[in-house]
Amino acid sequence: MVEPTGARGARADAAAAGSTEAKADLGQGPPDRRRAATMQTRGLNLFYGDFHAVQDVDITIEPHKVTALIGSSGCGKTTFLRSLNRMHELTAGARVEGEVTLDGQDVYAGGIDPVKVRRMVGMVFQSPNPFPTMSIHENVAAGLSLGSGRVGKAEKDEVVERSLRGAHLWNEVKDRLDRPGSSLSGGQQQRLCIARAIAVEPEVLLMDEPCSALDPVATLAIEDLIGELKSRYTIVIVTHNMQQAARASDITAFFNLEETGRPGRLVEVGATETIFTSPTVQATEDYVSGRFG
Amino acid sequence: MEGQVEIRSPLVSRQLRGGTLPARAPHGVIAGSLALTAAALAATGAFGIGLLMALGTIVSCIAIYAWSRAVEGPRRALDRLMTFAIAAAFALALIPLLSLLFQVTKRGLPGLDWEFLTGTPRGVIGGGGAAHAILGTVVITGVAAAISVPIGIMAAIYLNEYGEGRLRRALTFFVDVMTGIPSIVAGLFAYALFAIFFGPGIRLGIMGSLALSLLMTPIVIRSAEEVLKIVPNHLREAAYALGTPKWKTIVKVVLPTAFAGLVTAVMLGIARIVGETAPLLVTTGVVDSINTNPFQGRMQNLAVYAYSEYRTPGVMKQASYDRAWAAALTLIAIVMILNLVARLVYRRCKTEIG
Repeated sequence: MVEPTGARGARADAAAAGSTEAKADLGQGPPDRRRAATMQTRGLNLFYGDFHAVQDVDITIEPHKVTALIGSSGCGKTTFLRSLNRMHELTAGARVEGEVTLDGQDVYAGGIDPVKVRRMVGMVFQSPNPFPTMSIHENVAAGLSLGSGRVGKAEKDEVVERSLRGAHLWNEVKDRLDRPGSSLSGGQQQRLCIARAIAVEPEVLLMDEPCSALDPVATLAIEDLIGELKSRYTIVIVTHNMQQAARASDITAFFNLEETGRPGRLVEVGATETIFTSPTVQATEDYVSGRFG
Repeated sequence: MEGQVEIRSPLVSRQLRGGTLPARAPHGVIAGSLALTAAALAATGAFGIGLLMALGTIVSCIAIYAWSRAVEGPRRALDRLMTFAIAAAFALALIPLLSLLFQVTKRGLPGLDWEFLTGTPRGVIGGGGAAHAILGTVVITGVAAAISVPIGIMAAIYLNEYGEGRLRRALTFFVDVMTGIPSIVAGLFAYALFAIFFGPGIRLGIMGSLALSLLMTPIVIRSAEEVLKIVPNHLREAAYALGTPKWKTIVKVVLPTAFAGLVTAVMLGIARIVGETAPLLVTTGVVDSINTNPFQGRMQNLAVYAYSEYRTPGVMKQASYDRAWAAALTLIAIVMILNLVARLVYRRCKTEIG
């Protein structure tokens, strides 16, 4: 166990220990009192074996803001996103150089348990992936049942309801919580996955193209949800849809690669409005105005 | 020639509707060909059911191809010819299986009565039942499965979830080698192992179970590994993203998702060993009374029972032969029931992997 550094106080320490009291503390606070985390990368380089996928990324991800990562396919947005909660290393041969900090604490430092990092940095995937063997209720409670501490039934029910309400799904599913998660529509499944992710009360929520498999109505529902969730979480969203980035995000980061086979780089990051109206780099302007990519 | 044919084919002539054979044409062709072949064979006086089937198949293949080519064109004709050829191959593969089932049922049913299922030959001359063998089969197979299933599934989990590099490749290789071990070798291995500790001539149920588990484990490993492989990775990642440790992801997400397939893997293993004779002959021996304790004394089982009834019939030879057939039938019935149960479990627990 590495001592938490910097601003992280006793609360973060308790959360890292994964104890039930810490969970209660994390869950009970009203939205305004809840503090999301800041993430920062310095000189981050990501590799798949010999392939250099992402080069020299320095970015600060602000708390309570939605940061959108845009850029053409293969430029390393998703790879970058997965490095933030140590999912990148699950790919065979994947390597990380540089520093990723969560409220000042290096998540790649020796002795850091990736399981605990992922508990604080949740993730929603491109296609909805509810656990097929579990009911709606069990899916939302999965993070609690699969975690370390024992959680009582009453508390579980409460977390499930709160998370489903938080994901705007409660009214649609409250009468069929014991039905399998796969019985829902695609958009509902994705909201179920968001409910599952926020049930463990992470501080940061990573979303990897969460709407790419959804129709426009379901997409709008998710975007509205993202707007609300930022009051409680730090949100990073990868998207191919520039309208979505413009609509749903506060900060936009543009990734690009000069040519195929070269590593992707962070070209420009700034307030979404600035990036879409007056970017400083020509490549960004070309991309957001649809001239290429 | 080829060019002309293509020009005449319906697509090139821009005519979408070509000629079509009537819907019942294939059945008609088969019936007609068989009748024709039968008549021809009868005329030459060389009538035989096997010859009729073989020649009839060839004649109907030719007939359907010729007719279809004339009416529908070469592409449909080839399609019909292939359909016929594949159906014939399927029927050919089915013949030995059906004939075996038919023979075993026909010869086994007369000996399969209440006495056979409940009695033992102990103290009976020229009669008795096979209850001791049925129980023995259940115990020996059950113990073998109890050894193989945990080892097999855990090994499969290692190979699929943890193993990498050389060790993984080496293990896969040796599992493949183990799959090919002749069963008598497994039996002799178990015998030799126990003979070290208990002296030569030792016969125990557990020895048989051990020998069978050597045969069953690699089958369970390979099929369980295939099953675990098709659990989609995004489910594992979803669990990791919730802050789930790897072992818990496997226990709570991967295994439940693969449960139905794992049941099938175990069933494949059991089906492989339940009818084994040779390794049991040298490890569990032949005995006339019921013994359900695998750690003490000889233990009879159905396959060895069938073998010894046939090999050393008593004073009433035919009754012994009947009991051997009945034992074979019982063995097939056990495998079938186990398969049905497994299918039921599979259907009930099957998870749609999206």
